[in-house]
Amino acid sequence: MKSLAELEAIRNRAKGNVTLRKDDHAVRVVVGMATCGIAAGARPVLAAIMDEVAKRNLEHVAVTQTGCIGVCRLEPIVEVMVPGEEKVTYVKVDEKKAAEIVSEHIVNGRIVTKYTIGAAE
Amino acid sequence: MREISLHILDIVQNSVVAGATRIEVFVDEDIAADRLTVEINDDGCGMSKDFLAKVIDPFTTKRTTRKVGLGIPLFKNAAESTGGSFEIQSELGKGTCVRAVFGYSHIDRQPLGDMADTMLGLFTSYEQIDFVYRHKVNDKEFEVVTADLKAVLEGVSFTAPEVYLWLSEFLKEGESELN
Ligand SMILES: Nc1ncnc2c1ncn2[C@@H]1O[C@H](COP(=O)(O)OP(=O)(O)OP(=O)(O)O)[C@@H](O)[C@H]1O
Ligand code: FES
Ligand SMILES: [Mg+2]
Repeated sequence: MKSLAELEAIRNRAKGNVTLRKDDHAVRVVVGMATCGIAAGARPVLAAIMDEVAKRNLEHVAVTQTGCIGVCRLEPIVEVMVPGEEKVTYVKVDEKKAAEIVSEHIVNGRIVTKYTIGAAE
Repeated sequence: MREISLHILDIVQNSVVAGATRIEVFVDEDIAADRLTVEINDDGCGMSKDFLAKVIDPFTTKRTTRKVGLGIPLFKNAAESTGGSFEIQSELGKGTCVRAVFGYSHIDRQPLGDMADTMLGLFTSYEQIDFVYRHKVNDKEFEVVTADLKAVLEGVSFTAPEVYLWLSEFLKEGESELN
């Protein structure tokens, strides 16, 4: 069973590192979580992105949720914001695509064009 | 929605938008009583009586000024179609309590679904909010009070990679021990 003692040890290790403050995050990933997004499968997408970010130890990435992004039929929608670059909107995202977006776009810096809103329209 | 937990996620988003600083989520599976009860309490901005009536039954009123919300009517319908009940108590400036009761063995009852992932997403996305989560299955109970975890973490974020992975495991273990 996971224990609070374990969590304390993790805290001590984390405090040893220089951890970033929330507003220092360079890359932002936003997942649309209005009713329509949730119904279309946004929760596993959010979980997949957070898992991937944690496992790869990407401390410069902030993952957040938002409400209505405005295009129900293209949900789940994920937006990626890299400083100095235009926002990229990915549509009809699933868990697999989500992991690919993290590894390709965020880690390798290559936009996954085939999943973007431009490719879908 | 395919799962009750997705309704829960959706209804909690309302509490977040309402500016809640504390949100309680209770799930009670009482098989002897053939009931599954979901309760979500918040200390957000609340709603007036008139507004609440429109929110619960948006199709009986002509609203042209804004899009009709779907979250609450969907949740109400899901509960009532299992022979259960649905109610909201809300007070402007105080907060809101949403309570849905499902017929446990009713053929139309959706599965509860993944509560661990639901709560993990909420805890980490809305870290500034204090959540109390309690899940009961008959006489077994799993409770998480995020304020207690924050006290241990002394400012280290839920989204710090190791913390996040711990939290994910912690929730999965707690949930699996209920069954
Ligand atoms: N906990 C709450 N506290 C205060 N106001 C609330 C709360 N829950 C709902 N409301 C009000 O009721 C409205 C309708 O909620 P509902 O979830 O049905 O739709 P919505 O959130 O507007 O849109 P969506 O279809 O994305 O859920 C909200 O827009 C909000 O004004
Ligand atoms: S209601 Fe569907 S994207 Fe806004
Ligand atoms: Mg809503």
